[in-house]
Amino acid sequence: MILTIAARELRSLFLSPLAWSVLAVVQFILAYLFLAQVDNFMTLQPQLVGLEGAPGVTDLIAAPLLGDAAIVLLLVTPLITMRILSEERRNGTLSLLFSAPVSMTEIVLGKYLGLLGFFFILLAMLVAMPLSLLAGTPLDLGKLAAGVLGLGLLLAAFCAAGLYLSSLTEQPTVAAISTFGLLLLLWIIDWAGKGGDEVSGLLHYLSLLRHYEPLLRGLVHSTDVLYYLLFVIIFLGLSIRRLDADRLSH
Amino acid sequence: MATEVLITAEHLTRFFGHTCAVKGVSFRLAKGEVLGFLGPNGAGKTTTMRMLTGNLAPSTGRITVAGIDLLDAPKQAKARIGYLPEQPPLYRELTVQEYLRYCAHLNRVPGRELGSAVDQAQARCGLTQVRRRLIGNLSKGFQQRVGIAQAILHNPAVVILDEPTVGLDPIQIREIRALIRELGENHGIILSTHILPEVQATCSRVQIIHRGQLVFSATLAELQEQMTTQSLILGCQAPPDLQTLEAMPGIERVTPLAAGRFRLAFAGDNPAEALAARAAAEGWRLRELSPEQRSLEQIFVELTTREPDAEAA
Repeated sequence: MILTIAARELRSLFLSPLAWSVLAVVQFILAYLFLAQVDNFMTLQPQLVGLEGAPGVTDLIAAPLLGDAAIVLLLVTPLITMRILSEERRNGTLSLLFSAPVSMTEIVLGKYLGLLGFFFILLAMLVAMPLSLLAGTPLDLGKLAAGVLGLGLLLAAFCAAGLYLSSLTEQPTVAAISTFGLLLLLWIIDWAGKGGDEVSGLLHYLSLLRHYEPLLRGLVHSTDVLYYLLFVIIFLGLSIRRLDADRLSH
Repeated sequence: MATEVLITAEHLTRFFGHTCAVKGVSFRLAKGEVLGFLGPNGAGKTTTMRMLTGNLAPSTGRITVAGIDLLDAPKQAKARIGYLPEQPPLYRELTVQEYLRYCAHLNRVPGRELGSAVDQAQARCGLTQVRRRLIGNLSKGFQQRVGIAQAILHNPAVVILDEPTVGLDPIQIREIRALIRELGENHGIILSTHILPEVQATCSRVQIIHRGQLVFSATLAELQEQMTTQSLILGCQAPPDLQTLEAMPGIERVTPLAAGRFRLAFAGDNPAEALAARAAAEGWRLRELSPEQRSLEQIFVELTTREPDAEAA
């Protein structure tokens, strides 16, 4: 049942020009950044040869690419997640799901998996770029895998937040702007108080970016992975509660 | 009741904030019944229907569908209900066939029956011609039919239709009414409508809901009885004078209408036979002799314009 809902969600995404244009634009921008990194690496290469423990191709091309991709996707994710529940609410199609023998959890998980499916395609297209370097040079695949895992977790977190904010409103644009605001806030939340006291430690911990950076360097900490998983579970739980509240007395 | 009871609603009440939309509504629906829900706008028809289909949780009260409690086992109960909301829940970007297949999956129609269930629903609602077209490009009438097809797709025991004939042309309305009657033979159907003749054309039982309360409930036969009043209309080419008519046994009051017509209010047995015999004997040149009917509209207006205080009293 979850898969049925997810499949329709994904299908409907690709029936609208939005998904295609998002894929095209993101791919174009990231390809440009990728080529710029490659070019950069080519000019730096002669100086790096002599250095002991110099950064390799993966550090200089793949990691910055994934880092930039996170920023680009921070801008793009709200556009994809905005209509996922708000449009159903607006068009009255939510009652189709509510009157079918399907639980709220199944509805939310189905929608969420549909979103993840889309971003999985996007991620696969993105990773194909650094992987293409394998034709000419060896890569540190472990480091690349950690980075990709990081970006995948980050996207999963973006989607969960977007899904929840989309469940709150009938207006897709409101969902988009609030998702963008929330994600950006969580991205930069540690900019306040660099002092190192307790408060800034908490803000540091809340930041989406701070948990992404170690993964890009190839360090897979279970705390970082758990942070993203908790983030996803909290927002999915909130979405389920929000949909349930539609039925109950106010 | 010997027939199988499909829905029992007990003391349904629903508040929106401090407003009480539905207050203590109880009723039953048996297999083979078509129940018409009537009421002015904002009377609580849609709220009641949304509660029956699990879209809204009642503030108090209990709903069972074919013996299954809707709140305790929502999945099993919902599998037995097909629902067409006021605004058909359609995905405009899908074709009719894709949409119905998705609905069949959602309603857990088993894989091997899925194709035939979709085909059958399309055929019943006259959608076979347009099954490959996008729903968004169809006319309102066809969209409404897709909505109905979606509600009957999984062969549910109860079909709940919120204003099913809105936006249809007269021929489509006839077809949909015929479809509803046909469905009513093997299912239980609840439909809401503003169109009063529709109730008389399709329903076997009528309930009028007003200000969230059930104010009238009767089978169509009982309704017919209520509608026959104790008066006749008599029309003659050579009318007798008023006194002659008033003097006839059983006649209580005679009101002359235009062009040789009279309204005769009577008590006890219908004096039509005596009147006809008299008219023939005395050469009144009888043109018209008919029992006067109160229309459903009159009953409806009487019930729904009554002051709330009068109701409570």
